[in-house]
Amino acid sequence: MDTQSLTYLFVGLSFSLYIGIAIWSRASSTNDFYIAGKGVHPIANGMATAADWMSAASFISMAGLIAFLGKDGSVYLMGWTGGYVLLALLLAPYLRKFGQYTVPDFIGTRYYSNLARLVAVICLIFISFTYVAGQMRGVGIVFSRFLEVDINLGVIIGMCIVFFYAVLGGMKGITYTQVAQYCVLIFAYLVPAIFISILMTGNPIPQLGFGDTLVNTDTYLLDKLDKVTVDLGFNAYTENTKTNIDIFCITAALMFGTAGLPHVIVRFFTVPKVSDARKSAGYALVFIAILYSTAPAVSAFARMNFIDSVQEVNYQEAPSWFRNWENIGLIAWKDKNEDGLIQYSAGNALEGIKPDFSNEKGVSGERVTINDPDMTNNNEVYIDRDIMVLANPEIARLPGWVVALVAAGALAAALSTAAGLLLVISASISHDLLKKMFMPKITEKQELFYARCSAAVAILIAGLFGIYPPGFVAQVVAFAFGLAAATIFPALLMGIFYKRLNKEGAIAGMISGLVITSAYIINFKFLNIDLNSSEYWFLGISPEGFGFIGMILNFCIAILVSFFYARPPKNVYLMVDQIREP
Amino acid sequence: MYKDYWRSNLKILSILLTVWFLVSFGFGIIFSDFLDQFKIGGFKIGFWFAQQGSIYFFVFLIFIYVYLMNKLDKSYKEKMNKNKSD
Repeated sequence: MDTQSLTYLFVGLSFSLYIGIAIWSRASSTNDFYIAGKGVHPIANGMATAADWMSAASFISMAGLIAFLGKDGSVYLMGWTGGYVLLALLLAPYLRKFGQYTVPDFIGTRYYSNLARLVAVICLIFISFTYVAGQMRGVGIVFSRFLEVDINLGVIIGMCIVFFYAVLGGMKGITYTQVAQYCVLIFAYLVPAIFISILMTGNPIPQLGFGDTLVNTDTYLLDKLDKVTVDLGFNAYTENTKTNIDIFCITAALMFGTAGLPHVIVRFFTVPKVSDARKSAGYALVFIAILYSTAPAVSAFARMNFIDSVQEVNYQEAPSWFRNWENIGLIAWKDKNEDGLIQYSAGNALEGIKPDFSNEKGVSGERVTINDPDMTNNNEVYIDRDIMVLANPEIARLPGWVVALVAAGALAAALSTAAGLLLVISASISHDLLKKMFMPKITEKQELFYARCSAAVAILIAGLFGIYPPGFVAQVVAFAFGLAAATIFPALLMGIFYKRLNKEGAIAGMISGLVITSAYIINFKFLNIDLNSSEYWFLGISPEGFGFIGMILNFCIAILVSFFYARPPKNVYLMVDQIREP
Repeated sequence: MYKDYWRSNLKILSILLTVWFLVSFGFGIIFSDFLDQFKIGGFKIGFWFAQQGSIYFFVFLIFIYVYLMNKLDKSYKEKMNKNKSD
């Protein structure tokens, strides 16, 4: 069978598995729908959390990003795993003890205020939609490249699948589907990584392979990579280019942001006991670490292989993946010195960076771009970082079934995260906005009906994001983590560890964190894009890391304002005591 | 009784979070360039902590926490039961 039929086979099989699980685990009550009836085993919950967490960004984009960033890329590795330590130690067990359905639920109850609840709901919806938009783009890329269907049709197929199991099954359906999706995605990530590690270093464990010597030589892979990158005019692969303070703040914003992401926190509401919530966070991080410790190895292999297979190669003899991705528009080649050979080095190949293709073909048969070449450097290749993981098996000439497996894995990663996000959006609307604020009289059955309706609407909106992708997806990711760090995390942490904090303090803290972080990011990412460089940043901190500053501000203002107003009522003290007790 | 429990909990938290800070922000970022002059195999040590080591420590820290807290919960519950029967 050729690669394409294999891909159809793998994707079809995995999709029917997800639908089968959805039918088997339908939700029949709000308890099932919101938190899977609190009956999920910690290991299963760990896998589901891992799948929920590892999105299209982790699976498709992260290794590619690190491949081009080198050591600077460590911020993603530490940032997106270290947050789980904070979750397990500071939040998960207490929020599970609290025993309600949603994150705004806790904030509204602890700060005895519907305004606090509303602020939390707004942050939650904003964070979650930002995230969903990215997932749908991932689904679109995979469908168009591997199944050669129209991107829009791909997004609609993805929407139907998610609709089926999220609306029918709620949290229960999603949890068990995510367990299956985790197995698919981790297998799909590890198989090519192990293959490539053996091919390049002879070591079957990628985590060790990338610190090993290249096959038949005494040169370490990383030393060779450092040398090659420096020779081509890039920074050495294992050295930082960003300043320490910026790396510190970005890592911190990602870590605290991770610990404040509602769709992750809510997963710990689904286990039977408080001690299970702790254990479950541990298992979740094990399952996440399997992928996250493999990713930097994949990055190093991919960068090395990419350079080896295109550098000084005649375009007409370039490997087939090069042209396949060029056809989709994610690779472009501009023959600056007109020698017919591909030269890759530091700098932008084109003015305006991204290629804008015309319908013509060039002398060597390449796609001609409308934008002019950037003649300040010799680089002739534009490559979108998102494709490294997807293209990696082809670059390393692995068999067709591995390529097909990666496509199925990428879809599993995107769909599992999308489903988890859609669920927290629907729960916050039906439970927090309707049941707790505007329509307190509705019965459980009606609430369940509204939860399903809002899940359906959320899926439609997410689908629209996929079909008409807003150009700002990449920019708003910084937003999602920054806001989670600057608003939700401090409110939760102080809610548990600082009894004296009253509603005035909490609301003032959340709003100031929200305002200052948004203002900083909007200023540099949307209004004054040309000023977005370190000399204009506050203390040299990039917008990606500013959520950390917003968080510190939130803590200070919340505590300060608290002292000007009355202590929280007695029952809040009792409630906090109660969630602290084992 | 409950106060003792909470104090032991905070002690466990502060020790584990110190290690958490040290392996990531410490070895992976602040002292990373300094540690890079030492090597194990092909890895510079600062680079290894930033891309591998910190992640392994994170996993390890959570399981230590699970173990310590389960022990603490158990002793707390035993004391409570003893108080009730007295």
